[in-house]
Amino acid sequence: MAPLVSIRNLRVTFNGVQVLRGVDVSLQKGEALGLVGESGSGKSVTWLAALGLLPRHAKVSGSVLLDDREILGAPAADLDHVRGGRVAMIFQDPASALNPVLTIRRQLCEALALHRDLSGDAVKAEARRLLDLVGIPDAGRRLSAYPHEFSGGQVQRIMIAMALAGNPDLLVADEPTTALDATIQAQILELLSSVRREMGMAMVLISHDLGVVAENCDRVAVMYAGRIVEEAPSNQLFADPVHPYAQGLIGALPPLDGARRRLTAIPGTVPDPARMPEGCAFAPRCTLASEACGLVAPSLAPIAHDRNVACIRAEASRRALLGIAAE
Amino acid sequence: MSAPFVQVSAISRSYAMRSGMFGRSTVVHAVDGVSLSIPKGETLGLVGESGSGKSTTGRIVLGFEPSDSGEVRFDGKPMAPLGTAAWRAQRARMQMIFQDPLGALDRRLPVAAQIREPLDIHDLGMPAEREDRVRELLRAVELTPAHGARYPGALSGGQRQRIVLARALATKPDFLVCDEPVSALDVSIQAQVVNLLADLQAELSLTLLFISHDLRVVRQISNVVAVMYLGRIVEIGSADDLFARPEHPYTQALVSASPAPGRRSAGRIVLAGDPPNPAARPQGCTFHPRCPRAIARCASEVPALSSIGGNRQVACHLVTGAETRDAA
Repeated sequence: MAPLVSIRNLRVTFNGVQVLRGVDVSLQKGEALGLVGESGSGKSVTWLAALGLLPRHAKVSGSVLLDDREILGAPAADLDHVRGGRVAMIFQDPASALNPVLTIRRQLCEALALHRDLSGDAVKAEARRLLDLVGIPDAGRRLSAYPHEFSGGQVQRIMIAMALAGNPDLLVADEPTTALDATIQAQILELLSSVRREMGMAMVLISHDLGVVAENCDRVAVMYAGRIVEEAPSNQLFADPVHPYAQGLIGALPPLDGARRRLTAIPGTVPDPARMPEGCAFAPRCTLASEACGLVAPSLAPIAHDRNVACIRAEASRRALLGIAAE
Repeated sequence: MSAPFVQVSAISRSYAMRSGMFGRSTVVHAVDGVSLSIPKGETLGLVGESGSGKSTTGRIVLGFEPSDSGEVRFDGKPMAPLGTAAWRAQRARMQMIFQDPLGALDRRLPVAAQIREPLDIHDLGMPAEREDRVRELLRAVELTPAHGARYPGALSGGQRQRIVLARALATKPDFLVCDEPVSALDVSIQAQVVNLLADLQAELSLTLLFISHDLRVVRQISNVVAVMYLGRIVEIGSADDLFARPEHPYTQALVSASPAPGRRSAGRIVLAGDPPNPAARPQGCTFHPRCPRAIARCASEVPALSSIGGNRQVACHLVTGAETRDAA
């Protein structure tokens, strides 16, 4: 089956500094893909670049196929059909994504008028249905309220309703719950997975929180310094991470139950994109790095069915994890 | 057991808030009768969502903010009146670390100069020795003198938080209040700072009040954890035990809402309703409108924080001791 979205060798350069250094990722229809990584790893830039949402001075190259049609560099008229129609995106800060001086009805109806062949009362009925769908109580009356009259969790629900307005095939959710409290985060994540199931929609969940991604996605890609370093089904990634960076991220997470142990911190910091090290970008922080790691950047290669890792020491790293001495 | 190093007894703080320019003012109870005690060298974790009053509690404990009632005793003595010499001497022994290190640092001053400032203000050590002390502090937080010469903008988030920590340690405090100290940091850097904080605590026998919304980080560093909801403590107990067997329905929901790698969200308790508004606090148990187990009594009567055995205390009408624990 042809993937819904297929990104190949996507590169982004801002003012001569390469921040995305060749990203390959694809997504099937209805699949939930998680994208994790620390700040500056390129999780958000990947999707902003794919949808043509980066500022003009960003240089983007590579290929982004949506149902086998190239959308990278496509004319604005085509992109307007894709953005909000076939692919919708929600962001971390929902309050700044809504217009504070317009009612929710105006903003929802605007999205509906742009992407659906509806008019008059049908638009209003649909707006109300969407608000009901995302669990806003008393939807009929609340349509005439302004954004500031809603709580943070409710505003994110409204953003999800607007994203669903175009009946998208793919929802890109960029840190959708980071600004919310824990109990509200649980509500929003549950809402996202229920609408995804109902509408058969694919989802890309971008998050720095490994737990959020693990629980809500089928497959996870770990990004580091503008590249994907490991890609695996989420249960496998967390049970048996292979890339030393993925191992480090999981080891750095304090456990919520069982014995407390000293956290295994990854030494050092993320490299500056303007001074990227030769070879593997993670090598300077990697405990397993060998001389060869500093020579060539490893490419993402399959190590098992459905699993890809970009590490020349992948085998050694796996043995280290299992506690088997390298021969 | 000796007297606790930091003893907080029934502190409360309310603010008058006006809605709109001509609206009637309403009273917001940010903190309502909170009591805590922290033995020397130990860490008390304070968790809760926004508006639960955890930061206000931290500010009252440090004397940044007056308490309407109750008192804070530090090393057996009550806090001296604000602004007096005795207060200043006490304040040098307690420091605060905030969430946003960039906001806590002066962007136009090299960081070494900022670490030195408290030494000058509190007149600690001979002026000639202060440079050495700054170098020593930089080393304690695993940075080099080269880092000290830089401006905050030229350091990473984790390095800035280390600088804030070094500055807080300059006066050799006994007590630190950390308000979301690692929440703005990436997970790998967060682990570095948490480990560093644990090492420094062991080395300097620091007493910590650690405020965070992140249950994992709080459990990692705390001996005892208190859970706050709308200005009150709803449950308190030892860190390992509390999250393994939460008793209060709110703590249960909070633990259940914390995502865990390798576990799919089966059987998660998802609370209905909005986050609570401190300006419109419900009658009775403040959690009852969102509580899945609430009974009629919860709407009228405030449950008292009472011991249910071990060192666990719970404020809930439905949790009353050993028998409910077995049934749960």
